[in-house]
Amino acid sequence: MKDFILPTRDMGTPARHGAPVSLTIDGFAVTVPAGTSVLRAAAEAGIRIPKLCATDSLEPIGACRLCAVEIEGQRGTPTSCTTPVAPGMVVRTQTETLARLRRGVMELTISDHPLDCLTCAANGDCELQDMAGAVGLREVRFAPGTNHFAQRTAEAPNPEWRPKDQSNPYFTYDPAKCIVCMRCVRACEEVQGTFALTIDGRGFASRVVAGQDVPFMASDCVSCGACVQACPTATLQENSVIAIGTPERSIITTCAYCGVGCSFEAQMRGDTLVRMVPWKEGKANRGHSCVKGRFAWGYAQHQDRILRPMVREKVTDAWREVSWDEAIGFAAARLQAIRAESGADALGVITSSRCTNEETFLVQKLARAVFGTNNTDTCARVCHSPTGYGLKQTFGTSAGTQDFDSVEAVDCAVVIGANPTDGHPVFASRLRKRMRQGASLIVIDPRRIDLLDTPHMGAGLHLPLRPGTNVAVLTALAHVIVAEELYDEAFIRARCDWDEFADYMEFAARPEHSPEAVEALSGVPAGVLRDAARRYAAAPNGAIYYGLGVTEHSQGSTTVMAIANLAMMTGNIGRPGVGVSPLRGQNNVQGSCDMGSFPQELPGYRHVSDPVARGIFEAAWGVNLSPEPGLRIPNMLDAAVSGAFRAIYIQGEDILQSDPDTRHVAAGLAAMECVIVHDLFLNETAAYAHVFLPGSTFLEKDGTFTNAERRINRVRRVMAPKNGFADWEVTQLLANALGAGWAYTHPSEVMDEIAATTPGFAGVNYAMLEKRGSVQWPCNDAAPDGSPIMHVDGFVRGKGRFIRTEYIATDERSGPRFPLLLTTGRVLSQYNVGAQTRRTENVAWHAEDVLEIHPHDAEVRGVKHGDFVRLTSRVGEISLRADVTERVSPGVVYTTFHHPGTQANVVTTDNSDWATNCPEYKVTAVQVSASNGPSEWQSDYAALVAASRRIAPAAE
Amino acid sequence: MTDDKLARMANQIAAFFATQPGSAAEGVAAHINDNWSPAMRAALLAKVAAGGAGLAPAVIAAAPHLRPAPRTKAQA
Ligand code: SF4
Ligand code: SF4
Ligand code: SF4
Ligand code: FES
Repeated sequence: MKDFILPTRDMGTPARHGAPVSLTIDGFAVTVPAGTSVLRAAAEAGIRIPKLCATDSLEPIGACRLCAVEIEGQRGTPTSCTTPVAPGMVVRTQTETLARLRRGVMELTISDHPLDCLTCAANGDCELQDMAGAVGLREVRFAPGTNHFAQRTAEAPNPEWRPKDQSNPYFTYDPAKCIVCMRCVRACEEVQGTFALTIDGRGFASRVVAGQDVPFMASDCVSCGACVQACPTATLQENSVIAIGTPERSIITTCAYCGVGCSFEAQMRGDTLVRMVPWKEGKANRGHSCVKGRFAWGYAQHQDRILRPMVREKVTDAWREVSWDEAIGFAAARLQAIRAESGADALGVITSSRCTNEETFLVQKLARAVFGTNNTDTCARVCHSPTGYGLKQTFGTSAGTQDFDSVEAVDCAVVIGANPTDGHPVFASRLRKRMRQGASLIVIDPRRIDLLDTPHMGAGLHLPLRPGTNVAVLTALAHVIVAEELYDEAFIRARCDWDEFADYMEFAARPEHSPEAVEALSGVPAGVLRDAARRYAAAPNGAIYYGLGVTEHSQGSTTVMAIANLAMMTGNIGRPGVGVSPLRGQNNVQGSCDMGSFPQELPGYRHVSDPVARGIFEAAWGVNLSPEPGLRIPNMLDAAVSGAFRAIYIQGEDILQSDPDTRHVAAGLAAMECVIVHDLFLNETAAYAHVFLPGSTFLEKDGTFTNAERRINRVRRVMAPKNGFADWEVTQLLANALGAGWAYTHPSEVMDEIAATTPGFAGVNYAMLEKRGSVQWPCNDAAPDGSPIMHVDGFVRGKGRFIRTEYIATDERSGPRFPLLLTTGRVLSQYNVGAQTRRTENVAWHAEDVLEIHPHDAEVRGVKHGDFVRLTSRVGEISLRADVTERVSPGVVYTTFHHPGTQANVVTTDNSDWATNCPEYKVTAVQVSASNGPSEWQSDYAALVAASRRIAPAAE
Repeated sequence: MTDDKLARMANQIAAFFATQPGSAAEGVAAHINDNWSPAMRAALLAKVAAGGAGLAPAVIAAAPHLRPAPRTKAQA
């Protein structure tokens, strides 16, 4: 186990980027960018000026006065954190006067602080302690008087004392230890953008409060932990540190939840994980994180984790715990028997967007090279497959165009079908920061998302469209841009095919695409459509960010093309602050697509029919590969029902819960004769499995994840796999039981194979990642340092391609029987099907899925807030509680799919994107009515799952 | 795979290419050749041969351009 630590010294104030300025500090010459504080300049020179209220993640406020310095020619002792450098400045940081002053400051601070350092959770990790030492504080001369820390005075309870706030499951607020440095308040504002904390009162009476002086859990706090990280004392402290003690070393790794791909220091004590602290050098997150990545890792130790392999003859049998040898042998024998009978195409795999690139690469290799079929797919099928298709058709590459830093240069952000504050929280915080600096926001979404309520934001515009009308709305924006000649002709002539644009202009200009015509379809007022188009086109830098509200539609691919068209026609491609950025759901969706998880594409998005690409892999693997596209997940299930598809190996996915039309998925799985589930928990899919192979968590293995900005980040093993093997080792065991003869000893060898076979990864290897921290593909001879921004001088496909985007209404229309449209999404605290987050304290925020319904729709149905309601579609029905809210428009209802008991996908249909079969989760025609309990399916299902989870005691 | 579902998928593809300049039939055929497994293509061709009930005109017109399933690999 190797530690990977880059120095993360606190430089005191944020970095600046001005022209060089030279000055002298304590006799040393220092040159720093203009705008840098004297405090930071000193730190650059290795001189540590004592400080308390300043830290380099926050703008300085000069509150504690501990950082005072003397500057030649200036009177008094200015605070170095708020004093910018000037040319020729001569600074002294250590003088008699300063020492006296600093001791005075510390003495005053300590006089209102308990002296229980020995038993304090922050002992050894407290800046107040450090500073007391640094300034040489030896005595506190103030007589004990009014204070905040003693529970009682000599006579009575101390009115200034407050009990600890332990309402948050992950951290504790102990007001007794607060030194009112305001770092927490500023972190909540500047870094997180939530503004949950304030300073109540003035002078001695001032204290930090959440909301209107309520417990943290009752405030707007979203538990990102930025305040806890910023607090220099034990006032805000992780509960895990209180329980375990301070960490002694740290290992850099990558969050395994969402597509932002935040870098973390896993801070360890022995092989116990004490806390996860977002890594300052992490280029996706720049030192910030959300509640999931920072706190919700307890599932790794959860008692539900299955640690021993299990098999059973029939899915109605109880599970039998067996050795790894027996389980692998059992699986291999079944696979071989089925292949002998029905051919290789009766077998298939599903790769995981939660596993590493290396693991995914091996699973698709298992299908193609060992099984001998291209039947491989991934859960990206059900989320971002239209992104891959749409961007490849228009730009030539199946990925977003920007890095996350690009948001710092955005002037107008268009957010379509995404809810970043919940789905991609760290990106949301970065966008909010930019919005507070004046960037405008356009939201195209049926729901009023929280981003629109960003405190201190610039202009905001909401286009609350009817679900399913994305293409109409985006084409209307193009109509306005064409009609008002707001397009960037120079860019289009240089970078795209003008004739294709001319065709698109003619198309977009048609009257049926005018805002007035589209208002009737989408419900968005024509004036708002025009306004949005003008703002996006006029902004110096316009950027589009989108999520599953774009892709999970019957016209998902067409919508992605419409987005690409808008970006091209306004010249918003190829530099910081612009572009088209899909916000990926799961941590490694990008990577799993890159690694050849799709049935028609080899790694690097090369079609299986391409003999050159096939030749590369045939040479590397020593086998012949099929030139025919394999089956996608929905096709596999269909083929299973008809008996042609009989065996599947599913790594780290729960298709029964996450895929649409649950009954159909269940029927498909039930028809198969060999279902191998490789996961952490007995998930819902495992109810239909014959073999269960225990998986490992991201804390237990080495590898890489590729985030939404194409950044390849290292995942590092911080503890031994509890189940005995990392996931890539399990796949290798299975492959070798089928005679593959693989001999990988470390994931780095898999990466070398990827680099050798896949042009965009040619320059990637572990030694390089070790040195650079991360890299964005393409990374090869043409771009040795990777590619933060794509299509800079030209599109990957040559000329950018405009494609007509005609609105075609989905078959899923509301009608008299199902008059409402259901759309689905997620919440901040839970992740996807919730298998991990439900097994952490995050359930404190989202204990069940609820149905959001507009007050008008609720009233006509006699539904009150909190009532149990029945949600019915043409394929199924479920029951859940109603949340009556104006967040959704009349005619639209909304729910999440984090809990298996709810089974929201019982009601979603098998409609799908025309190009990729990505399911249409975002539009289902439904009816809502009063109910008094779980639906029949829910009860039956609960019984089935309970029965299928039985584990027979091991016969030893 | 039910023929019904295949028809629906093919018709959705046809609906897109019908809105594009150029030959819709060729667009449909290219898309299906790239993305459908041999067995799915074979099932579609059989449906066309059986009269093509319920299939969009562009799907039927695409049939001659569809790559027949290779003889050695018939399953899926
Ligand atoms: S945890 Fe995050 S949201 Fe909550 S108060 Fe702290 S900084 Fe603000
Ligand atoms: S809680 Fe911590 S960060 Fe906030 S003011 Fe008190 S000591 Fe400073
Ligand atoms: S869930 Fe996403 S935003 Fe939150 S810490 Fe993990 S990668 Fe970052
Ligand atoms: S650190 Fe500069 S005033 Fe507190």
